[in-house]
Amino acid sequence: MTTRKIAFTVNGEKTQLEVDIRESLLETLRSRLNLTGVKKGCGAGECGACTVLIDGAPFDSCIYLAVWADGKEIRTIEGEAREGKLSRVQEAFLSEAAVQCGFCTPGLIMTTTALAEGGQSYTRQEIRKELAGHMCRCTGYQSIVNAAEKALAPSPEEDRDCCGKCR
Amino acid sequence: MYDISKYEDAHTVEEAIALLQANPRAVVISGGSDVLIKIREGKLPAAELVSIRGIEELKEIKLEGDETVAIGAAATFTQLTRHPLISRRLPLLTEAAGLVGGPQIRNMGTIGGNVCNGATSADCAAPLFAFNARLRIQGPEGIRTVAIQDFYQGPGKVALGHGDILTAILIAREDYSGFSGCYIKYAMRNAMDIATLGCAAAVRLRDSRVEELRLAFSVAAPTPVRCPQTEELAKGRTVDGILLADIGRAAVSEVQPRDSWRASREFRLHLAEELSKQAVAEACRRAGHESDRESDEEGDGEGGAEK
Repeated sequence: MTTRKIAFTVNGEKTQLEVDIRESLLETLRSRLNLTGVKKGCGAGECGACTVLIDGAPFDSCIYLAVWADGKEIRTIEGEAREGKLSRVQEAFLSEAAVQCGFCTPGLIMTTTALAEGGQSYTRQEIRKELAGHMCRCTGYQSIVNAAEKALAPSPEEDRDCCGKCR
Repeated sequence: MYDISKYEDAHTVEEAIALLQANPRAVVISGGSDVLIKIREGKLPAAELVSIRGIEELKEIKLEGDETVAIGAAATFTQLTRHPLISRRLPLLTEAAGLVGGPQIRNMGTIGGNVCNGATSADCAAPLFAFNARLRIQGPEGIRTVAIQDFYQGPGKVALGHGDILTAILIAREDYSGFSGCYIKYAMRNAMDIATLGCAAAVRLRDSRVEELRLAFSVAAPTPVRCPQTEELAKGRTVDGILLADIGRAAVSEVQPRDSWRASREFRLHLAEELSKQAVAEACRRAGHESDRESDEEGDGEGGAEK
């Protein structure tokens, strides 16, 4: 068994691990760090259930080797709520009924969060394209796109209180 | 767990070549979106990997002397869709790169991997053929440049020896300047799919006539192909429905698609005719020309092939 030491940040916490060179980041997050909010759907980069943010961009962690995470900042769904308060994206998914079984939800929220933090605005069609790496068996996608639209729309009250740096 | 028995990092191209030469079983890994899937499918048992992910020079997109666009082989599809050099000079490639897989895949897959897999279905292939791209390859014997049309040798086969590394894809000014292009990826899904047929058209107009046409297809033959006879017949012609119809018919004669589970040969021939008309029409519109709607005997021009 060949292993390598990696040092990376997960949901803001600096972490050092010895990982198997055969291991995917998905396996590392779920099995070594107990971040089971990251879901294994297809294991082949086709469904997006395992999507996490790596240095702010969405990746399928099932086809991302653990050794590649060295030096990177990883964000999973577990890190999105702050002190029990859901993020704006999470709230939007709930208020728009975009969550049914919830299996696709963590991945979708991570991708939508990356879009929200990027500061760009998107048409509905562009949102659909940005979320095209995710499959949902339950909702039929409309509520998900509605939630993303809501999360990406500018919010006057929030902008007044929030500097935006942590979102 | 992926069935990987060895993993080595190369920090320079020279080191990668040396690691490959030292190990006849070693396989290059860059983005990983193809290699890891191959490993998952059992096609690379006990895989021994040489990673080129850390070689910074391979990720650069820049202009070389005489305004040749040099795209580092390790540039990701996302990088291609965002880089101003590409969007300004090679928008056809921006369009194609933005249609590969989905956003997550585009964040990791590279144009070098797309080309080196030798798949006829690579989305970047038809545009690169249209641009007469040349590939810079570094190997044990040194550096050489290969025309992309010579690089593809057959399905899954490319002119890359064991110790070779594709370092950059080069597109000369005369092959992109003044051209407007359009890439159409016909697939069963709007994303996360492999092309059933891909069509890249690039056109340079002068006084509303075609000065030069480049037409290339993916999945229409064992390798991506250009259509030289179709390109020739378009020279000097006015852009109208008659030209588009002629282009469609001529394109069909220059492709040899096969039956596959995705589509029959007949359907692909139909797609070749339709997509070439649509892609050329759109390329001309983007060149600032308002052409007639392509001549359309059946009465239903918007067959959804543009999705």
